[in-house]
Amino acid sequence: MPTITYIDHDGTERPIEAKNGETVMETAIKNSVPGIDADCGGACACATCHVYVDEAYMEKVGQPEEMEQSMLDFAENVQANSRLSCQIQVSDELDGLRVTTPESQH
Amino acid sequence: MDLSAAQKIVIIGGGQAGAQVVQSLRQFGYEGDLVLVGDEAALPYQRPPLSKAYMKGELGEDRLYFKPAAWYEDNKVETLLSQRVEKIDRARRQVTLEHGGHLDYDALIIATGSRPRPLPVEGADLENVFDLRGLADVEHIQPKMIPGHRLVIVGAGYIGLEAAAVARQLGLEVRVLEMEQRALARVTSPVISSFYEALHMEHGVDVRCGARLARLKGEDGKLTHAVLASGEEIEADMVLAGIGIVPNVELAEDAGLPVKNGIIVDEDARTSDPRIFAAGDCTVRPLAHYARTGRLESVHNAIEQGKLAAAAIMGKPRPALDCPWFWSDQYDIKLQIAGLSMGYDEIVVRGDIEAKKFAAFYLKNGLLIAVDAINSPPEFIASKRLIMSGASVASETLKDTSISMKEIAAQAA
Repeated sequence: MPTITYIDHDGTERPIEAKNGETVMETAIKNSVPGIDADCGGACACATCHVYVDEAYMEKVGQPEEMEQSMLDFAENVQANSRLSCQIQVSDELDGLRVTTPESQH
Repeated sequence: MDLSAAQKIVIIGGGQAGAQVVQSLRQFGYEGDLVLVGDEAALPYQRPPLSKAYMKGELGEDRLYFKPAAWYEDNKVETLLSQRVEKIDRARRQVTLEHGGHLDYDALIIATGSRPRPLPVEGADLENVFDLRGLADVEHIQPKMIPGHRLVIVGAGYIGLEAAAVARQLGLEVRVLEMEQRALARVTSPVISSFYEALHMEHGVDVRCGARLARLKGEDGKLTHAVLASGEEIEADMVLAGIGIVPNVELAEDAGLPVKNGIIVDEDARTSDPRIFAAGDCTVRPLAHYARTGRLESVHNAIEQGKLAAAAIMGKPRPALDCPWFWSDQYDIKLQIAGLSMGYDEIVVRGDIEAKKFAAFYLKNGLLIAVDAINSPPEFIASKRLIMSGASVASETLKDTSISMKEIAAQAA
């Protein structure tokens, strides 16, 4: 099972064993990782699961699709490595992925 | 009343609101007893996918649950499932369980949700006539979702239309009967209604507005026809009712709490009894940006009131209120709704309806009060902000697609 490390805005790291096929958001919610709200449950409807993807994994994670990109355009403190974690599917290829959560999702 | 010393908290209802209260209480540091009583067999799960990806078979059941079973153990949350509360005794601060036994409480949260409005016609109890609210309903419906089966959906609301989209994609023959003159009549404007009627017809759904169901006809207890008031008989293998919900207020009402189309709560989700809160579909609440009260049937509302109740109990500052929001997925169309359009006096359309990418803005006295955004997330998010800030935006500006929504939001701020 791939490991994903969630880093909160204070720098606290939480390595989590993730399930292939679930999303980076779902893995966070099920393991009570703070900093991700995901109010809509992964429908790409609320932009409350914003994360910053570690630069080293940007290529593997890929680019957001149009819908996600336009949601991200309005997120707070968006950066070039911003993604909505409900749109990133866990796979073996993402083993070791590091994502940082913003201070607030609203 | 300060409840921060509470040691016994009971939550009635295991839906989105109940689950949120449990999570928020533990997150805010509550360490006392926590019991969640739910009348369904399953642990709390997301309802929205039931009429969308889950019904279609694209999303596995395990992905519906908010938290795995171990979370409840780790967080010392006692879950009493397939259990109903029969009575709330406010004087004794005790709830009575249907299967016997009592639970004492220092604080109580009523998150009983709502139930589908039953079809008020003869034959509603025939085999193959369904409602759609819970996991168990989908379990009954799914085996009947067979290509070629004739499905009649009663009610062109969001549930009915989402189910129609799934059924069409699974190859069923689908008819939607709507009593009103247009689809979604209760919740949106004629612009959006026509869009969805056309969308469904394009996908081969027979949408019949102004069609009143008179009765359901069957043979040997099994559905065979839906009969319209006009006398027309429509052959049907199954009927799905989507004619709205009824809030589950009876427990609160019997306990003497004020109820009017919902359990009346204040801005902290507190009822008239300082130890009792209510959250979700079953409540009537102040609507911060609209200077009135109302009942909201939505995920946003369940989450927000769940957080409000937990914060009030724990003596935490009141969480920031969001503008009401909703969404609906049908075929490849994502509708995102911000705000409440009731009472609008002007509609402004931005974008291209033909291209299925547009937004309908609703204004009242020149102020933006709501938006229906079709495949248009920027219009949705920018409107949420504009509605919350109460800034005024000229309708000419909203219409002008050469100005981005980001610029419009920034200008108004």
